Amino acid sequence: LGAALCPGSSPPSPSPLCFPPTVTSEQIEHLHRRFKQLSRDQLTIRKENFDSIPDLEFNPIRGKIVHAFFDKRNLRQESDGLADEINFEDFLTIMSYFRPIEMNMDEEQLDRFRKEKLKFLFHMYDSDHDGKITLQEYRNVVEELLSGNPHLEKESARSIADGAMMEAASICVGQMGPDQVYEGITFEDFLKMWQGIDIETKMHVRFLNMETIAHCY
Amino acid sequence: MGPGSAAAPAALRLSAGRLLPHAAGGPRRPPEPPPPFPFPFPRPPLSPPAPAAMGAAALRALPWALLLLGPLLPGQGLQATPTLASEPPQGQPVQLRGGEMGGFTPAPPASAQEIHPLNKQPANGSGEGHAKPRKAFPVLGIDYTHVRIPFEISLWILLACLMKLGFHVIPSVSNIVPESCLLIVVGLLVGGLIKGVGEKPPILKSDIFFLFLLPPIILDAGYFLPLRQFTENLGTILIFAVVGTLWNAFFLGGLMYAVCQLGGPGLNHIGLLANLLFGSIISAVDPVAVLAVFEEIHINELLHILVFGESLLNDAVTVVLYHLFEEFANFEQVTIIDIILGFLSFFVVSLGGVFVGVIYGVIAAFTSRFTSHIRVIEPLFVFLYSYMAYLSAELFHLSGIMALIASGVVMRPYVEANISHKSHTTIKYFLKMWSSVSETLIFIFLGVSTVAGHHYWNWTFVISTLLFCLIARVLGVLVLTWFINKFRIVKLTPKDQFIIAYGGLRGAIAFSLCYLLDYKHFGMRDMFLTAIITVIFFTVFVQGMTIRPLVDLLAVKKKQETKRSINEEIHTQFLDHLLTGIEDICGHYGHHHWKDKLNRFNKKYVKKCLIAGERSKEPQLIAFYHKMEMKQAIELVESGGIGKIPSAVSTVSIQNINPKTLPVERILPALSKDKEEEIRKILRNNLQKTRQRLRSYNRHTLVADPYEEAWNQMLLRRQKARQLEQKMNNYLTVPAHKLDSPTMSRARIGSDPLAYEPKADSENLPIITIDPASPQSPESVDLMNEEPKGCGGLPPSPEEDEEGLVMRVKEPSSPGTDDVFTPGTGDSPSNQRMLRCLSDPGPRPEPEEGEPFIPKGQ
Repeated sequence: LGAALCPGSSPPSPSPLCFPPTVTSEQIEHLHRRFKQLSRDQLTIRKENFDSIPDLEFNPIRGKIVHAFFDKRNLRQESDGLADEINFEDFLTIMSYFRPIEMNMDEEQLDRFRKEKLKFLFHMYDSDHDGKITLQEYRNVVEELLSGNPHLEKESARSIADGAMMEAASICVGQMGPDQVYEGITFEDFLKMWQGIDIETKMHVRFLNMETIAHCY
Repeated sequence: MGPGSAAAPAALRLSAGRLLPHAAGGPRRPPEPPPPFPFPFPRPPLSPPAPAAMGAAALRALPWALLLLGPLLPGQGLQATPTLASEPPQGQPVQLRGGEMGGFTPAPPASAQEIHPLNKQPANGSGEGHAKPRKAFPVLGIDYTHVRIPFEISLWILLACLMKLGFHVIPSVSNIVPESCLLIVVGLLVGGLIKGVGEKPPILKSDIFFLFLLPPIILDAGYFLPLRQFTENLGTILIFAVVGTLWNAFFLGGLMYAVCQLGGPGLNHIGLLANLLFGSIISAVDPVAVLAVFEEIHINELLHILVFGESLLNDAVTVVLYHLFEEFANFEQVTIIDIILGFLSFFVVSLGGVFVGVIYGVIAAFTSRFTSHIRVIEPLFVFLYSYMAYLSAELFHLSGIMALIASGVVMRPYVEANISHKSHTTIKYFLKMWSSVSETLIFIFLGVSTVAGHHYWNWTFVISTLLFCLIARVLGVLVLTWFINKFRIVKLTPKDQFIIAYGGLRGAIAFSLCYLLDYKHFGMRDMFLTAIITVIFFTVFVQGMTIRPLVDLLAVKKKQETKRSINEEIHTQFLDHLLTGIEDICGHYGHHHWKDKLNRFNKKYVKKCLIAGERSKEPQLIAFYHKMEMKQAIELVESGGIGKIPSAVSTVSIQNINPKTLPVERILPALSKDKEEEIRKILRNNLQKTRQRLRSYNRHTLVADPYEEAWNQMLLRRQKARQLEQKMNNYLTVPAHKLDSPTMSRARIGSDPLAYEPKADSENLPIITIDPASPQSPESVDLMNEEPKGCGGLPPSPEEDEEGLVMRVKEPSSPGTDDVFTPGTGDSPSNQRMLRCLSDPGPRPEPEEGEPFIPKGQ
């Protein structure tokens, strides 16, 4: 069960990342309490359950975050579409994307670790599951990011997204012929764009830092 | 201020007066440097064959220049007033004021006017009462004492700058040896030369150092502090700065006390408190030295902020320990209450310093809210308030460094939103300039002071100091990181620990603090100074020089030299929100949660108070985008002025078309009459606004009245702009086909009254040409500061197409863009309509805009 849930690894050879050296039941318990709290003591969480979190209300990308929890690409390998409800294991799987880096990782592990996290992000951007962040999708992201400001016209969000897209095109493709069309940011391009940011040291939640989350039991 | 006055008030003073040949200094002059009399002020050659030769040449420059000046010094009693007047000076020498050479001095007797009738007015007034013998009016006089202090200060600064220049001309040297080392060497040589000449070299006076040299460096560091990294690692930094420094001070002080007890007759008299004081002085890592070395090795941001942050924040500890032990050393007995009070004072000093800084920062931000009409003085507010913060903190013996940093950090986001782009650039450059000059001077004077100071070399003391310093640092870092790593998510690797330990450079702050010690209570000051200088030299030279190879050897991650891109900004923000959201979902209130709360509070309340106008509501992302686009626009204009467009810009605009060419073309035919009318309306409104805004802005900037500009100049500029336009056609016309072009914001930035200089009226043209790029976006047209009437709803007549914007729009037929344009021209009529609609504000306003000038010119 556990191995199959591990997000970045294929079932036959589970990534060592998914098997933390020590499993703290304390953290799982904490998360489980939280899970039950959210699900109102049900076995699964539905989208509506997330509405009960008051702080999330102000989050501009709230929709995307909630969506990510139900995105099957994040939950299981080689599946697509949206889940209606997720159980606790799925919940933990999502949480495991926010593990902190570990000291004893070697280069290859680091690379996989990094890609896992970026894949999660990529899926958040790529809302139509076609493996590309199209201009429209990018615009939606920026619009959501800016949605906290009601008096802001959509135009500026659009122009920012356009600018970013242009930049992405010039970074990823370089010189393009005039009739070439840059259709969208693929995952490889996405990796390229994130080169400057140490995602592995940034994308983690403090809560999970004591020990790695142990969802593979 | 006779030439003999040795006790010069300023540290920078070289008592050049003593160099007078007939004064005592004459015979003492060494034979080697011949008095270079007909020698012009030698500048260091820019490309000398060997660095040593250069150093020496430049080094000689200063004393020689002073030698040269020596004989010219007036020295009232010693020398008759040199004068170029035709009459010889009579009897009593008249004191001349060198600053007013040329005979415009009011002081000399009235007789002068007979010789020089031109000088009537000044001479008349003051000369009447004199009954003394007539004396020729001195046409030219010299009074060196009058200008001496500023003159010498300028000379020193000039020396510093020339040295810096020299190092960068020969890159091979500065690649191996850090600049700070070279500067110290220069200081040593200059000091040695001055001493060799028989003079007393100046010493880095503590007052000068703390009041004038240090603040610019700290402000520069504080104002441009990478806040994100700093706050993310604040815990680690604080532990290193507070616990680490305390540990160093006590460990070193204790061990040195033991050494002193065992060390023999020379050291026995040094008590525990004196040793602890010594330890506290020398244990603090020095921000100046760290900056100088770390900026050259381009280490990754985490290590940089850890070491540098430590060096900044340990100031509070140093200040407290220093004052504490200094006081205690005078006490008969130290009670437990004293120690508790000392402990309390640490909080007072550090938090008090931060508090003072925050207050001044808020005031500065608030002040900048109202400066929109007097842009010229904006930068001054930043400097003055920060300096006031520093001085106010020092006034109460609080940590001035903490105050400066706090004020810089607090004011920056708000000030930046309020002030104009130019002011921002000014602030940036001034800070960088001041800090680098200060840094250079500090290192040079460190060298000079080494030569100048009294030294008492005690092998045992010096060696054990050096040894224990290193041991304490290494031990401290190891133990503390072991502890810190328990809480850190991103653990510090052994490599990191090594660099942190190795980067603990000591510098001029320790030297100055020690120099401040009172001789009466600390008779061993000279020995302390010697030991401190040794440690400084060891850390700066040995560690500073080897750290770069070591970083390479260990393959420590370096700083990635990427300019921040819009994508990165989007992703970072996205990530922030995501992490906040996940924390909320976990029900865990962590770092991100509180940061988010703080941000919201800031946006809701603070920004409204401290930032003027709409900008307070502007989200960070948009602000960032504007900044970036503006930079690009400026680049575009600047490069256009040269006639060459940088590849970076051109790539982007070519890429412009790529993302979505097809949809755009599909949209075009669908453009209805209503839509067109609507666009026109939007354009009109925006143009009106821009016009007004630009005008009101014109009145209050550096160029007070743009209409005063000569007509000729105007014409010339316009011509230039035209040429430029033509050159840029390629780039500008390409985006024109793309309706939803992202250049819109670039254009908007152009229109931003804050961003653009008024006199750029005509220079704006090249940017205006960008506008057609985004016909659908109303803001894009903002930029054209044309008269709105031109858009009056009438479709432009064909003959108008001959000039102005339309020309540009027609340009697509130019060879470069041909292929771009043709594929999509199936719908050319509507396309044209579109373009015309866009262009019609262009042609008309042009003559109108020129109107005010024409009458003047004719």
